[in-house]
Amino acid sequence: MSELCDLTATELGEKLRAREISSVEVLESCLGRIDAVDSRVEAFLERTDDIARTQARAADERIAGDDAPPAAGIPLALKDVLSTRGVTTTCGSKILETYVPPFDCTPWERLRIDGGVLLGKTNCDEFAMGSSNENSAFGPVHNPWDLSMVPGGSSGGSAASVAAGEAVWALGTDTGGSVRQPASLSGVVGFKPTYGLISRYGLIAFASSLDTIGTFTRSVRDAAALLSTIAGKDPMDATSLDQPRRDYTKGLDEGVAGLRVGVVKEAFGEGVEPGVKASVQVAIDRLSELGATVSQASLPHADYALSAYYLIAPSEASSNLARYDGVRYGLRVDGADSVEMMTRTRGAGFGAEVKRRIMLGTYALSSGYYEAYYGQAQKVRTLIIRDYEAAFGGVDVLISPTSPTTAFPIGAKVDDPLAMYLNDVFTIPANLSGMPAISIPSGLDEAGLPVGVQLTGPVLSEPTVLRVANALEGALGFEDRPGLLGDLAA
Amino acid sequence: MPVEIDIEHVARLARLDLTDDEKARLREQLGAILEHAAKVSEVAADDVPPTAYAIPRSNVLRPDEVTPSLPVEEVLANAPEVEDDRFKVPKIVEVE
Repeated sequence: MSELCDLTATELGEKLRAREISSVEVLESCLGRIDAVDSRVEAFLERTDDIARTQARAADERIAGDDAPPAAGIPLALKDVLSTRGVTTTCGSKILETYVPPFDCTPWERLRIDGGVLLGKTNCDEFAMGSSNENSAFGPVHNPWDLSMVPGGSSGGSAASVAAGEAVWALGTDTGGSVRQPASLSGVVGFKPTYGLISRYGLIAFASSLDTIGTFTRSVRDAAALLSTIAGKDPMDATSLDQPRRDYTKGLDEGVAGLRVGVVKEAFGEGVEPGVKASVQVAIDRLSELGATVSQASLPHADYALSAYYLIAPSEASSNLARYDGVRYGLRVDGADSVEMMTRTRGAGFGAEVKRRIMLGTYALSSGYYEAYYGQAQKVRTLIIRDYEAAFGGVDVLISPTSPTTAFPIGAKVDDPLAMYLNDVFTIPANLSGMPAISIPSGLDEAGLPVGVQLTGPVLSEPTVLRVANALEGALGFEDRPGLLGDLAA
Repeated sequence: MPVEIDIEHVARLARLDLTDDEKARLREQLGAILEHAAKVSEVAADDVPPTAYAIPRSNVLRPDEVTPSLPVEEVLANAPEVEDDRFKVPKIVEVE
């Protein structure tokens, strides 16, 4: 467990700046790990070894010249819905199998400018629609803790790559929980900041009012450092917030004494596994011991969030995915006229879950049904936001499980969309309200699979959420690593 | 009760070619999902305003300045069919 690729970015940064190691060495350690495990984990859709080697050498020169931001020389992975200039970006879909973006998404541009090293693009559910990574057109990802299990989704490849030590950190996207849920199931830290804090420019759209880029790391401090590199106003995204770029690692160690933590009472009911409840209860007790004031809190409309989400997200998706028409990029299947060409292209190019959501959204937005479904769902969104505002009148952060279950077997839920959608029941509300939420590992269940605990704060409360998460991480002392890595050492 | 959907009509609106098997499966699955989703009506009272964006923004403007666009050849490189720097598509208009 002493390999460089198993260290955090913060630890590597200290060693890089002290000239104890080079970024080329860090990169080779990551590539070695990918060689050793990725035929079994299958986190990567495309590797960019040559690009990474060039970038690592450039990072070493910058470090030698004492011009090294925290991201310099740190190997990372990007979910394959994030546009990378000159590197194929498929969204896990046949319809974009050969698409090569002519521009970089803003977060990768910022990381690249700061000396980041791109390992490759990670597998995901097609167009980020899913909770298990089984909806990828290019096959499932295997959970490093148990290869027969899903890693969660939709950013399953990014989560698994960080859990397995293939990437030091990674970016994903979170529309209904697609960063936090796979982080929970894969035993890593997953952070979805406030909607609009990270530019969506170059993020291939699923549901634009919910889509948020988020981070996968092996520590809360790394999450803060990665956020500091990529967050802040971007004129290329009209929904980007007027927030300056700042250092989110400042204040991380201030502790939780005097802070008020609300336990979401709706998140401990039926359907939550006993092992999850027990582990999250330990986290709550730790916060109390650290000096936080713990009380009960309620989100009375939480029961309706899932219903609202499965109208709003597919509606937006049905509109966003209209662009895949066989004209400007991606697959084309010929037809006698343009309409037949488009209809055949989309029928052949999209997978089952994407078709399901396009159909659902098209129906919910269609004449005669718009008010009953989409219009009503938008009202529920208001009620969810009001619930949070009322709760945050009495507490600083809310705590709940990230997901009702730990990782489940590949294939277990593929034929039951409603059961699959229930994975996101605790993560969806923070997307509907735009609020920052983080999942950190709280322990293992009786089967040895990781449990995640979620902390949510009000809009733009990133410093508080990260500070509480950092204190909790320290108190929990979660040091376990996937069994797969133990096998490597043996 | 599961919601009854005219799958053919919705598929036409979505420009989506579906097999008979897909249509049958979608009719059943969407009916069940919509039955669950219709729960929103239980609490969405008339006096509750809708929310489109959690953090509302309006009139986001930028200076009206000319900036470089993406290179034409790089953009067209992704197109299935191209002619004279343009995207080429099958016929759109019926010719008598």
